This record gives sequence, structure tokens and C-alpha cells, in this order.
Amino acid sequence: MKALLRFEDVALRRGGRLLFEGLSFELSPGERLQVAGPNGSGKSSLIRLAAGLLRAERGHVERTPLALADDAPALDRELPLGRALQFWNASPETAMDALGLSQLGLVPVRLLSSGQLKRATLARVAASGAPLWLLDEPLNALDEDGAKKLGFLVERHLESGGAVLAASHQKLGGEWRKLELGQ
Amino acid sequence: MIGALIVRDARRGFTGAAWLPIVFFLLVATLVPFAIGPDARLLGRIGPGMLWVAALTAALLPIERLIEPDRADGVLDQLHLHGVADETIAAAKIAAHWLTFGPLLFVAAFPAAALLDIEGRSLGRLLLSIWIGTPGLAALAVAVAALTAGLPRAGAMAGLLLLPIAVPLLIFAASFSADGGNQAMALEGTISILLLAGAPFVAGAAIRASRT
Repeated sequence: MKALLRFEDVALRRGGRLLFEGLSFELSPGERLQVAGPNGSGKSSLIRLAAGLLRAERGHVERTPLALADDAPALDRELPLGRALQFWNASPETAMDALGLSQLGLVPVRLLSSGQLKRATLARVAASGAPLWLLDEPLNALDEDGAKKLGFLVERHLESGGAVLAASHQKLGGEWRKLELGQ
Repeated sequence: MIGALIVRDARRGFTGAAWLPIVFFLLVATLVPFAIGPDARLLGRIGPGMLWVAALTAALLPIERLIEPDRADGVLDQLHLHGVADETIAAAKIAAHWLTFGPLLFVAAFPAAALLDIEGRSLGRLLLSIWIGTPGLAALAVAVAALTAGLPRAGAMAGLLLLPIAVPLLIFAASFSADGGNQAMALEGTISILLLAGAPFVAGAAIRASRT
């Protein structure tokens, strides 16, 4: 089976500091991998590198189409949530339902709380249809219900042959392969 | 995606403060007769040049909202992940910015010209010079916005960057609208096209470099 994400002997340097080197791993369909480690160990940088938003100092990264959820929601603040999500995907309704946002479709994005905004960001990823999900600190600002709903979404995504790479120092629901940075 | 991006940016421009540069432009046009005096012949002679200076400074006002909000909000990153080239993003932003700036400036040029006693054929030349020059000005504004995105005091920096580069455009636009040489028009058009052709690459490279 073809890997959805492959790191081969990757090194990343940022601001003159070597964050990691010799990093190799593969993510196959149906797999989930949690990048863990203390603050500043390069979790978010690894996610951005996997997304292709940063370039590796050495090594090689191969990726399939992917969707990224980080701290930047990338939703137009003045638009109602439903329409803001539609800019990225024509029909975000199912994903909005799955994250408990269906009541908020007409509320302008700028009025959402940070937890609701996090759910909206995750809905954008869930609606994308991309086989690979990259989640940077997905539990930030999420309440218990939100975390549970995210858990369901991840399960369903894995069952349909997707893969998830998440960076978090918290415990994520379900069984995750671990990748420790900063040791 | 590109069409959607142009529509989105133009909508954001119009629902935002698209009127601000235009009001500023009209305000400067109103100030000139107060400063120079009501001599109609003198006003008619310096008017087109003054209006171009006003247009140039008005073009500075929207710069901070052209690129920076989308960079800070992750929109530029997400577009990259959707496979849109940074140069394409820049080109779409230039088109959208011109839509919210060029036509409004064109309309505002009528009352501004009336204030400065610009009439008849020289009004026609002024309007033509606006059609020819504003696309280049919009391209330059987006390039400068991309270069200064995320910097502290980006607004002031943008002025220092944009105004010197806009000098050739100003020279030929003003000289064409003042005495109507065909050569000046050709040169204004050339500079506008050069800016339009180069700006997407400069802005695209700046967007790429700002991704850290």
C-alpha cells in the first residue's frame, strides 16, 4: 500500500537552530501518528514541513493531497460561517453537523468563540476530502464534547482509508502511534 | 479558484473601506485651490499633475489590508495547499484591488477635475491617463503590500517603497494628461504594463519568503 506521507532522513533548521535531523517515518492509509514533545521542540514546524509550507534543510518529504488545521482558521471574519467554509469546499454541511456547528451557519465568523473557531477550522479539514489530515494542536480551545466529536471524525476518516498526523502535547483520544521530538 | 479569489477579494474591498482612498483623493483635490488660489488658468495647468499626486498617495491607504490580513489568518497558506501558485494569488489580488480602486477613482476624477477647472479635452486626457495608469498602480500596491506584510510599521515602510518606484508612472501620466503628447501616453502605458507584468512575480516571491 502506498504511503500517504513519507519523511526520509529529514533535517529541519529554523532561526539557525537545528530542530531535528535524520527523521524518517511513513504514514499509510488508516494510520494515525501523534507528534509529541515539549514546547519549542518543533512539533508545529514538523506539521508545516509535512504540509510543504517549510522547506527541509536535508532529506526528502513525499506527500499526497492534504488538509491542514492550525491556529489560523483561514475563514473570512465578516462572512457567516457557512459561506466562509464554502469558499474552500462547496458543501461543508456534513462536516459542520459532525462538529456540532449546524446551528451556527449564519453567524459571522468574527463573533465565534475560540472553541467554535477551532471546530470550524476542523470542519474545513473534514470537508476537504483530502486523504491526509495534518492537525496542529487540535485540542486547543476544544471542550470535552468537541474533543469527542473530533475523535469520531478521525475514526471515520481512518476507516475510509485516510491518515492523520497530529501535533499535540496532550493525550488524544484513541490509539496513536507516537513520535517524540526533542529528546 | 482564481475567479473565486478575485470575487472574494473584491467583495472584501467593497465591504471594507474602498471609499477611503477615494475620499482622500477628493479631499486633496479640494485642498489644492485653497492652497494655490482661484486662478483658473493656473489651476487648469497644474491640476492634472496635482490629481496624479493625489491618486498616488491615495493608493497607499489600502496597502495594509491587501496582503497582511490573509497572511496572518492563514489564507495564503491554505491557498498554497490547494495548489494555487503564489504568483497566481498575487495576480488575483491585483485584479481585485484594481476593481475596487480604478473605477471609483475614475468616477471621482469628474468632481475633482471640476474643482480644478479641468475641462474639455484635457479632462478626456486625464480620464484616459487614469484608465491607463491605475492597473500599474494597483499592481505596484499589491507588490509593496506583499513585501511589507508582517513587518512592524508596514504602512510607513510601504510609502517609502511605493512612492519612489511610482515616479516614472507619475511623470508620464501627469505629462500626458497635462499636454497630451502621444509619446507620453505610450510611455505611461509601457510602464503600466511593465508593472503589471513584474508585480505578480515580486509579490509571489515575497509571499513565499514570508512563509516561516
